[in-house]
Amino acid sequence: MANKKITKQTVKFDNPPSIIQTSSIVGPKEGDGPLSRYFDEILKDELWDEKSWEKAESKILRECINKVIKKSGKPFTDIDYIFAGDLLNQCLSSNFAIRETDIPFFGLYGACSTMAEALSLAAMIIDGGFANNVISAASSHFCSAEKQFRFPLELGTQRALTSQWTVTGTGATLLSSTGSGPYITHVTTGRIIDMGINDANNMGAAMAPAAADTISAHFDNTGIYPDNYDYIVTGDLGYIGLEIASDILSKAGLKVSDKLIDCGVMIFDRERQDVHAGGSGCGCSASVFNGYLYKEIITGNLKNILFVATGALMNTTSIQQGESIPSIAHAVSIRKNL
Amino acid sequence: MDYLRAFILGGTICAIGQLLIDKTKLTSARILVIFVTAGAILTGLGLYDDLVAIGGAGATVPLTGFGYLLTKGAIEDVNTNGLLGAFTGGVKAAAAGITAALFFGYVISILAKPKPKS
Repeated sequence: MANKKITKQTVKFDNPPSIIQTSSIVGPKEGDGPLSRYFDEILKDELWDEKSWEKAESKILRECINKVIKKSGKPFTDIDYIFAGDLLNQCLSSNFAIRETDIPFFGLYGACSTMAEALSLAAMIIDGGFANNVISAASSHFCSAEKQFRFPLELGTQRALTSQWTVTGTGATLLSSTGSGPYITHVTTGRIIDMGINDANNMGAAMAPAAADTISAHFDNTGIYPDNYDYIVTGDLGYIGLEIASDILSKAGLKVSDKLIDCGVMIFDRERQDVHAGGSGCGCSASVFNGYLYKEIITGNLKNILFVATGALMNTTSIQQGESIPSIAHAVSIRKNL
Repeated sequence: MDYLRAFILGGTICAIGQLLIDKTKLTSARILVIFVTAGAILTGLGLYDDLVAIGGAGATVPLTGFGYLLTKGAIEDVNTNGLLGAFTGGVKAAAAGITAALFFGYVISILAKPKPKS
């Protein structure tokens, strides 16, 4: 009997897993942004002594995972599983990053929703009794993502005003069956929503309906109300997507617009850093969650949040063939105290 | 006066490209192809020669000028060598430009390192 599944999309944990430690590493541009002081490490340059952007991204993820384990004081052998993913073909950054850890690994592709997807599965596997300590992580790198999804950087193509800036960064969360919070109490898993947007330079608009759908599902018949949360934090809708999501939710009668904030909006200073529609990439919500949000919860400035990372699930071939962008959003409910 | 005319015509062609980037969803690669093709078609219709007469390098240096060169070369080669010239003339006329692009592209790729946009 699936007695923890309370609605079609939402599960409620009997023994909510604790977030016992997090870590985050970001690139220089992110480190120059408004959330600078919340990140554990800020790189001086995007290559970090590596020969390629891809190697640099793997190193950032590897070091971030090492860092979260070291900070927790647990031996590597205590980690039961890693759930991680990134944007590169076949999740290569994660595969290389985790190569030397010896820890059992589930690779995920959820595009920019990966951090919430990894947290969801880690929490489920712990509450299910399959593991005690699990790491969830995600990474992205501006240069490797531009090369794969848009144009080579050498071409110097101008960016569209609706486009978002892929964050160079990573975040890792260590979840445990024992701990004193913050706790993951509920997980609402997204459905794929595709409203027919096919402009890869406007992913915020493509993802906004998915975010709204998952947020609605989270409050639908679960006994949870928007007032239970300080903030509903979407992954990387950016300025354009956040406005659309807010519109859809108010039209659906959910009064949450004053609670909606977005990682892609917060991570950069829009005017000073010229990022157009905001930040994006797996590393955007991963670094903002594991840096800013976690630390604000620990210090007590935030108590309860709904973390809703959003992903645009296209690939380069589907975009070239003019297909629309299937999108998804996963929600994770986090409480400081039970 | 030549400089001014070249500046105005070249600037106008580039401004059209900028408008296409800003106001449409066309990628830079598509705009590139549109410009080369537009230059070729205008030359075929006999119109681009007038632009070159007015703007000189302002008309030949932008991407439309590459289309102009291809078509002009093809037409001239057909006149001297027959129909086969339609296949050989364009690349012959543009050989210096194509080789220079390959050569300098290669040299610069060795000398320079890619950096993130700022």
